[in-house]
Amino acid sequence: MLLLEMSKPGRCGYTLPKLDVPEVSLDELIPRSYLRETEPGLPQVTEPEVVRYFTQLSRKNHGVDVGFYPLGSCTMKYNPRVHEDIAALPGFSRIHPRQPESTVQGALQLMYELDQCLAEIAGLAKSSLLPAAGAHGELAGLLIIKAYHKFNGEADQRREIIIPDSAHGTNPASAQMAGFTVKEVPSDQRGGVDVAALREMVGPQTAGLMLTNPNTLGLFDENLEEIAAIIHDAGGLLYYDGANANAILGITRPGDTGFDIVHFNLHKTFSTPHGGGGPGAGPIVVSEKLVDFLPSPIVEYSDGRYHFATPKHSIGPIKAFYGNFGVLVKAYSYIRRLGAEGLKSVSENAVLNANYVMNQLKDDYYLPYDRTCMHEFVLSGKRQKELGVSTLDIAKRLLDYGVHAPTIYFPLIVEEAIMIEPTETESKATLDVFIQTMKTIAEEARRNPEQLKSAPTLTPVKRLDETKAARQPILKY
Amino acid sequence: MVPYIPNTPEEQQQMLQSLGMNQIADLFADIPEHLRLQRPLDLPEALTEPELLRYMGKLAQQNINLDQCVSFLGAGAYDHIVPAVISHLTSRGEFLTAYTPYQAEISQGVLQSIFEFQTLIANLTGMEAANASMYDGATALAEAALMSCNITRRSKVAAAANLDPQWVDILEVYLGSQNIELIRVPYGSDTGQIALDAFDLKTGSELACMIVGQPNFFGALEDVEQIASWIKGSGGLLVMAVDPISLGLLKSPGEYGADIVVGDAGCLGNPISFGGPSVGFFAVNGTKLIRKMPGRIVGQTTDRDGNVGYVLTLQAREQHIRREKATSNICTNQALNALTATIYLALLGNEGIKQVAYQCAQKTAYLRRKLVEAGFKLRFNAPVFKEFVLQVDVDWEQVNERLLEQGYLGGFPLKSAVPELADCVLIAVTEARTRAEMDQFVELLRGCR
Repeated sequence: MLLLEMSKPGRCGYTLPKLDVPEVSLDELIPRSYLRETEPGLPQVTEPEVVRYFTQLSRKNHGVDVGFYPLGSCTMKYNPRVHEDIAALPGFSRIHPRQPESTVQGALQLMYELDQCLAEIAGLAKSSLLPAAGAHGELAGLLIIKAYHKFNGEADQRREIIIPDSAHGTNPASAQMAGFTVKEVPSDQRGGVDVAALREMVGPQTAGLMLTNPNTLGLFDENLEEIAAIIHDAGGLLYYDGANANAILGITRPGDTGFDIVHFNLHKTFSTPHGGGGPGAGPIVVSEKLVDFLPSPIVEYSDGRYHFATPKHSIGPIKAFYGNFGVLVKAYSYIRRLGAEGLKSVSENAVLNANYVMNQLKDDYYLPYDRTCMHEFVLSGKRQKELGVSTLDIAKRLLDYGVHAPTIYFPLIVEEAIMIEPTETESKATLDVFIQTMKTIAEEARRNPEQLKSAPTLTPVKRLDETKAARQPILKY
Repeated sequence: MVPYIPNTPEEQQQMLQSLGMNQIADLFADIPEHLRLQRPLDLPEALTEPELLRYMGKLAQQNINLDQCVSFLGAGAYDHIVPAVISHLTSRGEFLTAYTPYQAEISQGVLQSIFEFQTLIANLTGMEAANASMYDGATALAEAALMSCNITRRSKVAAAANLDPQWVDILEVYLGSQNIELIRVPYGSDTGQIALDAFDLKTGSELACMIVGQPNFFGALEDVEQIASWIKGSGGLLVMAVDPISLGLLKSPGEYGADIVVGDAGCLGNPISFGGPSVGFFAVNGTKLIRKMPGRIVGQTTDRDGNVGYVLTLQAREQHIRREKATSNICTNQALNALTATIYLALLGNEGIKQVAYQCAQKTAYLRRKLVEAGFKLRFNAPVFKEFVLQVDVDWEQVNERLLEQGYLGGFPLKSAVPELADCVLIAVTEARTRAEMDQFVELLRGCR
């Protein structure tokens, strides 16, 4: 039942205070031809109906609060609730972006301090907190790369962005949006960037390289310094996709390896809740030589006051106002709550948990890159595929066991990929249950493949027909 | 000890042993020794929960919030009434702590709520379909312009000179990266409305789209019919940027024949939160446009037993499938803010949204009358919604300081945002303002002259 199916004329779920100014005829205010002739098409339901409707909907949804959520590259860790309380303080949630700076000094101080923390974690100079998501940070970073080359008179020449074949789809899509040509570099046998191939690809046309590290196989690229040198020697810049930064907090810093730009996903690494698909935040941090190109505005501190400023060669604004401020509040709370030691412990335990699970599962599932992983790892369902069971079937069967499926069919370079990221906030007991469940499913694939192909059966709906949805799109009631 | 990390030292040892390792550092052997940070990160000391609450509470208190003052600020963010029940629903962990609904069978809550959002936005705007959300209104507009170029294979975009200057700056960044030219269509100096007669209409044949704000940045309402017939006659698309609240009263973009409609739905029940997170919406007409939309889209389908369910659909447009050939790079959007807007629209319903829009219109008209009676001058003479430009012969920033002492946030001075209106201020009135507040505001202004 949808809201409009519940709707009854004469009902409403909210009432406004009575209009307290003398009314004038609407005709005197707005010409009739400007007015709506149709109904707005909204449901007419009461508050209790709305509460029950959305509460029931929520019960049909899996979240980190509900159960294990090993969705690779998404870092589905626990989201501390006190951060929600903090972001909801009227001093944060009820301030207007156009207020005079003197009336929002606390907000600016928070942004300034978060900027400094992120810069220290990245090993770089200064942040822009504007990007609303990782992909948005990528776009900002790429525009900075473009502006930097333009500043050096090389914009027409440096048009290529190199991206590994293991990268997230957002990387090439962002590069295209920023007006670059995408060149794909293959991965080598060990799962890292194929250095020889990279060497062949670079030249005066190279604008930069986007690298996710640890990469989407969950592997730390062993040739990181060599890769950095190849790009820098060719005159390109190095972009670090920090989607997987949960593995490196306080362990290693992209800036120390020579990266020029990093984005962090605050809704992954820094524990702000993902909300079913946002809001996130994807701040970027840049090296000293790129600070002048940052999007506007940035927050600066001088003469005892915080204020907004526009960097000298700024690429301009990329989002209204100051970014997803409410998300920034939660991420900063997290950093302050954990401190240096706590953050390092996050990465240590995230990596430990991932390796523990990987090692326990490699007899039952093919492990294409059998090395120590970082915070996540990628299995292949190809053995099960031979039995007629696809990775999709395995994923759907996991749902019956109350576990959110891992990321599947990604990265593209692994056949029947199953990408698992346990995170540090899961207990060994939870991991052990998951391991046992995966083993049981491997056994089911051998003994009773049909059971997997008809999965899930214990979920609010059974397997849904995606082909039908795309072929005859029904996108509204 | 971090209360969010369950592993005990004993468990860590057990797990390491199962890996044939002795210490945590062994896990990081792939990282060359000299690239490992040899010192703790230089961060402020960790805080316990009460210490954190005290510290962050202190920062929050250094801001003047809208509960402590009366605000006539708008210019892209508005102080609307927020029903109390919304946050109780959106804070449910099943919504709050879910990722993008990749596994549809255990994500029906989020998927169905997005389907509701798409439905209500499409109905309100009078369009065929809407997507799951964009970062905000400004980036939605930029994507609409890029999509127009993609659809029409033209590389010039026209935007009214009376759009929100901040949105136009963002639009320029997005368009500039793809070498798309932005042409500004002037506005009439008396009306504040788009002045097509002052524009070379022949250029229309080169335009991918014309972007119209309804209302525009000055709060003024445009005569959209005339603009629509010109741009559509020239083979370009009509892109409208609208205030969703206004659609309780104003003709829907669909009725004007708009091709793409965008806007910011932050005003639908979301906390104002220093301007973000907000949520953008994106609605279109026509199958061709639907299949070129950026962002997530949810569609209805059936499961194996024929039961109705919802899935992410038309994914062949998206970055994770198409990579550099995708219609946009957008991935994470603003789902929870879209859920907020959905609950808001459900609570308000047809009558409620009409009432909010009606009260905004009446209260804005009241303040305008009072200001004129007090001898102030309205800058433009076009009809307005929720916002208007006042011409003042005083230093408005000084006035704002004096107003603030009395607990009022005056309007937004246009000096830096719209240089030609340096002596003007933009004033917003929502349903949240009361007659008493407006009367006192006029009195205070009178005293500032």
